[in-house]
Amino acid sequence: MVTEKEVQHIAGLADIGIDTGELGAFTSRFNEILDYFDVLDRVQGEGPASCDLSNVMREDIVEPSLPQEEVLKNAAAQEDGFIKAPRVM
Amino acid sequence: MAAHEITFDPDDRYNAFLTTCKKAPHGDGKLGGIAVAVKDNISTRGIETTCGSKILKGYIPPYDAHVVGLLRQSGAAIAGKTNMDEFGMGTTTENSAFGPTLNPCDTTRVPGGSSGGSAAAVAAGMVRMALGTDTGGSIRCPAAFCGIVGLKPTYGRVSRYGLIAYANSLEQIGPMARNVSDVSLLMQVISGHDRRDTTSYTRPYTHTPSPDIKGIKIGVPQEYFGAGVDRNVAEVTKRAIFRLEELGATTVPCSIPSMEYALAAYYVTCTSEASSNLARFDGVRYGPAADTKKSWHDAYREVREANFGTEVRRRIMLGTFALSSGYYGKYYAKAQVARQNIKQDFSRIFSEVDVIAGPTMPTIAFKLGEKSDPLSMYLADILTVPANLAGIPAISLPCGKVEGMPVGLQIMGKPFEDERVIDVACAYEQAVSQ
Repeated sequence: MVTEKEVQHIAGLADIGIDTGELGAFTSRFNEILDYFDVLDRVQGEGPASCDLSNVMREDIVEPSLPQEEVLKNAAAQEDGFIKAPRVM
Repeated sequence: MAAHEITFDPDDRYNAFLTTCKKAPHGDGKLGGIAVAVKDNISTRGIETTCGSKILKGYIPPYDAHVVGLLRQSGAAIAGKTNMDEFGMGTTTENSAFGPTLNPCDTTRVPGGSSGGSAAAVAAGMVRMALGTDTGGSIRCPAAFCGIVGLKPTYGRVSRYGLIAYANSLEQIGPMARNVSDVSLLMQVISGHDRRDTTSYTRPYTHTPSPDIKGIKIGVPQEYFGAGVDRNVAEVTKRAIFRLEELGATTVPCSIPSMEYALAAYYVTCTSEASSNLARFDGVRYGPAADTKKSWHDAYREVREANFGTEVRRRIMLGTFALSSGYYGKYYAKAQVARQNIKQDFSRIFSEVDVIAGPTMPTIAFKLGEKSDPLSMYLADILTVPANLAGIPAISLPCGKVEGMPVGLQIMGKPFEDERVIDVACAYEQAVSQ
């Protein structure tokens, strides 16, 4: 069982705002789903074995990319050719 | 390349489209002049792409997804972008921020999801073919509910470059159409290697469907006809499989014991991947503006609360929880063991049979609003998620009706045997059309 406080904590970790009015419903749905996930406790086995696949790597070579103005076109806030973001500190 | 154009201005009474291209340019080629609809989570240069979400409202991709480039090269006209459950999270298309799509067979029912707009556009005859995406059944479910054909290809056969990611290890782009030969034709165009998707294989699909299935062995898993599957749907599907026997196939009863936890494994995996993938939607590079005067977390939280729907927020939170310290072993790690067991079950069965057949969905299309709680909605995916967890090809094609609504026959195949899956579907389709 997770509590409303824990759901709020998870929402904080995920940067998902939750309105206090919807917290109760969110928590009860959350618990119903987690109860269902408990079936995984019965899983036996080794887990993913090593397979015959390997990572696909490439040399770090500069290739043509989209022009700056194309990339900035969808950003709501810009300044001097940069994307403007909220302050971090 | 785009020497011509078609006029595309359909009566969209089913809300199948989020965007239509009134004048759709096209070139010559294999799909020359054919109107193709594209699900709205696939990037289309210059055409708004929202994933059915308010958080991408107004987003115009500056580049084409690999498959869209291939469509254009083959002469197809991109007719528009189809409605979907927000970010592909749903089984009904009711989770779209822009209103539900209606099922053309019965407008009081859902078209299935999440590629419900693509399925409805094809079923209503607005376009001849469409692209959908399938993370846990999102091509096959709406194909079944709307009475059309839809293929989830083998994982890695179609490039995901330019597909706005929800759950990378599960999802594939695939073709939807009213018949098997059009599905096969569209698959020819979109498959093949793309170095921009590192999970892409060099396994192009060049097949022409053949209805000869004499000697093919079909596994029939008991779990696909067990508890939770509507009796009438099971009956119609069994009759379809019997028809395949009449055409020279033999059936072998089998069992997939790992089905018991397939759905939980699926939902833990897809929500975990979603929690990471959807972190990029912050209203900074695209989407509704974040308030840059506020601190990062406050601005970010506000934009996401205002612009993500309830189900999207739920899944991001479930994934965040499943990956969090102290719970990772109980959920994510266990889900990966379960996934391995599912792969092994399929591998064991496929050592004895060529394909596996059963219903696509446990019921006919739900009424709009019928599935109001998330868990009962998730449970409807039980017959489609195993193919995504195992990465195998699976097709849904119409095989009869229950209460006047279409029922889908699902054929699953060995990895990279999409051709054989297509052939079995072709054999059935030809037999019933005669």
